[in-house]
Amino acid sequence: MADQDLRDTDRPLLVAKSLSKSYGRIAACRDVSFSLYPGEVLAIVGESGSGKSTLLQLLSGQLAASGGHVSYRMRDGVTRDLATLGEAERRFLFRTDWGFVHQDPAQGLRMAVSAGANVGERLMAVGWNHYGRIRDTASDWLGRVEIDIARIDDAPRTYSGGMRQRLQIARNLVTEPRLVFMDEPTGGLDVSVQARLLDLLRGLVAELHLAVIIVTHDLVVARLLSHRVMVMKDGRVIETGLTDQVLDDPREPYTQLLVSSILPP
Amino acid sequence: MTAMVDIADAQKTFTMHLQGGIELPVVRGVTFQVNPGECVVLSGPSGAGKSSILKMIFGNYRCDGGRIGIRHRGALIDLATAEPRQVLNVRRATIGYVSQFLRAVPRVATIDVVAEPLIVTGLTRGDAQARAGELLHRLNIPERLWQLPPATFSGGEQQRVNIARGFIPDLPILLLDEPTASLDAANRAVVVELIAEKKRQGVAMVAIVHDDEIRHLIADRIVDVTSFAAAA
Repeated sequence: MADQDLRDTDRPLLVAKSLSKSYGRIAACRDVSFSLYPGEVLAIVGESGSGKSTLLQLLSGQLAASGGHVSYRMRDGVTRDLATLGEAERRFLFRTDWGFVHQDPAQGLRMAVSAGANVGERLMAVGWNHYGRIRDTASDWLGRVEIDIARIDDAPRTYSGGMRQRLQIARNLVTEPRLVFMDEPTGGLDVSVQARLLDLLRGLVAELHLAVIIVTHDLVVARLLSHRVMVMKDGRVIETGLTDQVLDDPREPYTQLLVSSILPP
Repeated sequence: MTAMVDIADAQKTFTMHLQGGIELPVVRGVTFQVNPGECVVLSGPSGAGKSSILKMIFGNYRCDGGRIGIRHRGALIDLATAEPRQVLNVRRATIGYVSQFLRAVPRVATIDVVAEPLIVTGLTRGDAQARAGELLHRLNIPERLWQLPPATFSGGEQQRVNIARGFIPDLPILLLDEPTASLDAANRAVVVELIAEKKRQGVAMVAIVHDDEIRHLIADRIVDVTSFAAAA
């Protein structure tokens, strides 16, 4: 058992090889390669326009690459090229083994239906049909993301920004995905709300042994959450390594500029 | 005896791109070994590169040349060339680092800050908290503070929480960056005691201490860093 676990964590979950994307003559993403292992948190940092969001779309199969490919080790242990998955298979992956946390919770939630239904919907999509169990699991998850159970029947449009984001996280994690993509998850929030969310995410990621690819322009977020970081500029990965290594000992001129632009804690 | 830390000819230079690309040599030719149960104290004036060497051994600073040999699960790994995942594995199972300041996570209770390294290794929360409590007790952090996050504590209290967190896991290598800097005499004595216990358990340690008295008490050997100073 322990042996098998070891082997599982030693095999990459997702592998990107020479990924590129161009729009006409503009290259949004050039020649990106890396491997992500189970339980590993990778931060992609860089300014707006550096190509990090494009890369996230490519990695999650939402955008077709102009070159290169992404492969993913499915729950049955078989590694598949994402480009060869059918639309139904890809959607199934998104409902089960993957999560996607958007910067704007309204993009990841159904704003007009109740919070409980937002979480329960993902369970129904994977075949759960016992109303009581769905509701129990949904309220359990609301508790884990620190949402008052009394608000379970309220729609997220009545929630604050921080609550919406926590609800989006619950909705994503309820199916126990192995990989979660996050696009600036703390982006639109007040600083105090951000700190609480980061804390919560940190705990959940460790507890659930989640692999995460998180896009952020905020180096504090990268430091708190990620094991490894990739710095992007003009569509290219210019520096990569252990997060504390890259942030404490940055080598590239652009990384040094980024690091020197944050105020010391 | 097989050395736990085996550094050979390691060097480090910072290139400051924002200052016109000037090169700031830090250390070169760093060569020394640390055996199990031994505490090596790095000496030399401020700016000689002591902390940088410690960070290189932890894989926090990258190495420009030479070897940072670490005995990890029975095999020698060169941290100067290791993959990020290997460095993380080495930190999980082999090297602990007690920094000068506690980098506290905002809302986590003190007892959990200290217990976390044990929980990561698979101990139950209850057992981990029990050991964390013992250590906090020895370091004179009153029990009424254990459930509070350490962010609001005094400098000395934070450092003691940091020491408890650093000393709690049973790792074979421990790096200490001024562990006694802002402590009173009673708590300094506790840290000296903790270091002695680690030695008896066979832990290899590299420490930076400015206090002469403490250095006398803990050092088995002193490595003078001035000989590695790169700015000749």
